[in-house]
Amino acid sequence: MITNGDVLDHIRRHGEETYPEECCGFLIGRLREGRNDVFSARRAVNRNKHRREDRYVIAPEDYREADRAAREVDLDIVGMYHSHPDHPARPSSTDLEQATFPGYTYVIVSVLDGKAADLTAWSLAEDRSRFHTESIDEQLLTGN
Amino acid sequence: MAKIFIPTPLRIYVDNKNAVDVDGTTVGEALKNLVDEHPKLKDHLYTDEGTLRQFVNIYRNDDDIRYLDQDDTKLETDDEVSIVPSIAGGVEIVPTERGPVRVAEAAQGTDLSPEEIKRYSRHLTLPEFGMDGQKKLKSSSVLMVGAGGLGSPLGMYLAAAGVGRIGIVDFDVVDESNLQRQVLHGTKDVGRKKIDSARDTIEDVNPFVDVETYDVGLSSDNALDILKDYDVVADGTDNFPTRYLVNDACVMLGIPNVYASIFRFEGQVSVFGAEDGPCYRCLYEEPPPPGLVPSCAEGGVLGVLPGMVGTMQATEVIKVLTGIGEPLIGRLLMIDALDMRFRTLKIRRNPDCPVCGDHPTQTELIDYQAFCGVPENPDGEMIDDQNEAPEITVRELKDRLDAGDRPFILDVRRAYEYDIANLGGTLIPVDELEDRLDEIEAHKDDEIIVHCRSGARSARAVNMMRERGYSKAFNLKGGVLAWSDEIDPSMPQY
Repeated sequence: MITNGDVLDHIRRHGEETYPEECCGFLIGRLREGRNDVFSARRAVNRNKHRREDRYVIAPEDYREADRAAREVDLDIVGMYHSHPDHPARPSSTDLEQATFPGYTYVIVSVLDGKAADLTAWSLAEDRSRFHTESIDEQLLTGN
Repeated sequence: MAKIFIPTPLRIYVDNKNAVDVDGTTVGEALKNLVDEHPKLKDHLYTDEGTLRQFVNIYRNDDDIRYLDQDDTKLETDDEVSIVPSIAGGVEIVPTERGPVRVAEAAQGTDLSPEEIKRYSRHLTLPEFGMDGQKKLKSSSVLMVGAGGLGSPLGMYLAAAGVGRIGIVDFDVVDESNLQRQVLHGTKDVGRKKIDSARDTIEDVNPFVDVETYDVGLSSDNALDILKDYDVVADGTDNFPTRYLVNDACVMLGIPNVYASIFRFEGQVSVFGAEDGPCYRCLYEEPPPPGLVPSCAEGGVLGVLPGMVGTMQATEVIKVLTGIGEPLIGRLLMIDALDMRFRTLKIRRNPDCPVCGDHPTQTELIDYQAFCGVPENPDGEMIDDQNEAPEITVRELKDRLDAGDRPFILDVRRAYEYDIANLGGTLIPVDELEDRLDEIEAHKDDEIIVHCRSGARSARAVNMMRERGYSKAFNLKGGVLAWSDEIDPSMPQY
């Protein structure tokens, strides 16, 4: 993925704010020749009822709302992010089981003792068997 | 013709378009046409079995088709169909956690011995089940609440299937009247504790299973402690206080509760307490008034019925543990054995549910006996009214009869019960009594001895009669059961 420092900071801050619970949200941008350009991160509410410390759920309605807002400015949802409070920034078995479509960028930020630590990006293998790491290129992106 | 919106990552399969026009008069048809036209989409939207992947939600305009007519939801020309993914995840599992997710993780470090491979070979050859499913079962634990009618097939099939650890909660002893349906126990077990007899049967079925027994009645004081060590709870109780207790405790612990119940010729099965699924309280927020629903002892039950319903309960437990198929989450299966008809009702999680809603108002276990109105004895019959109604013992009645006294005896059971055993009284079932009081008006000022099987229904009758001016009505304590125990052993018990 290609993104800028503001987007990554926004994700880190969100993870710190919801600590010790997981945060989650959308990556908004454009899909280009097999890579995702991420222009902004949009927060979502973690709809998990009982276990927000180690689970997150984004409601379909929230997805539709974010999708609608992105399309209004000619952008798309190109991925999601969530935090792993006091756990490493790599996909868990739960993340793999619940993964949706290959092609999205999945960003995970580890939050240790309330402070954002590692931030990584992943994409789901075509056969859904595992996540591949995705590089994070920080660039100044323009709308075009 | 309808427009289907395509999520960003799937657009590469539809020439990078964000929406595709397809023909179809229903959503199902339109989706089929979509994947026929763009076959590479299919793997991403559908499982190998051809059902929509679990995270795929389909909307017609602003409505999830699950709440419309599903695949049969009609499409007009201007309708828009959206493919919306459900997004979820989490961190690595902590080892103390329970539930299907833990099972899946634990299964990866589990192996089957050659003996186990031989024993479970018919599972291993099922492609959907296979080694993976069998290892999950071996790594899993199930708590059975009740070792009675439902617990019988449940315990035996879960053991046979290879569930690693089975816990059994029951404080009852085997009675002859149980044997008509509780096949965990045999004639030789009459008088033994049900947990002991159940353990023997289960260990005989499959010695690879660890059995843990709890010789207690489940209560608000012990429920969380007992339930927390299990991956799935299977509720086969026959009374409302325990049913609500099990439900609430499962929701609080995040453990799926595979529920079943039986009533005469009918049964119900569902899966409660699963993530994002409804709980028993979403279906029945409050228990029925005490006395409205008779227990098995009072209302009778077709012996084979718990056999049918308990095996369905076992099927759901195995599906939840192994993750195969579609468990009855959000669906209530209703079984009518007389017509042999099966129906499923959709149940939705109630956002205002006091236990599993968005803002739960009850976050601790409560006094469930009080919540359900009346304490119950192990037979499921209510004893509270009985304590309050003026009564006479069977010994006192016998002495009076022997002395030549002939009080008026009123039997408030049903006719078929009268046929099994009776004291020669006048028969008016308790439900009809209020309307038929005029039939005994001549005895209004006489002493009336009212009885039933155990003294529960007759206590209610006595209280009602006294309110209506029958001031010398007395309840026969313990009913015909006490008469058989203390006076006349030749009188059959049922």
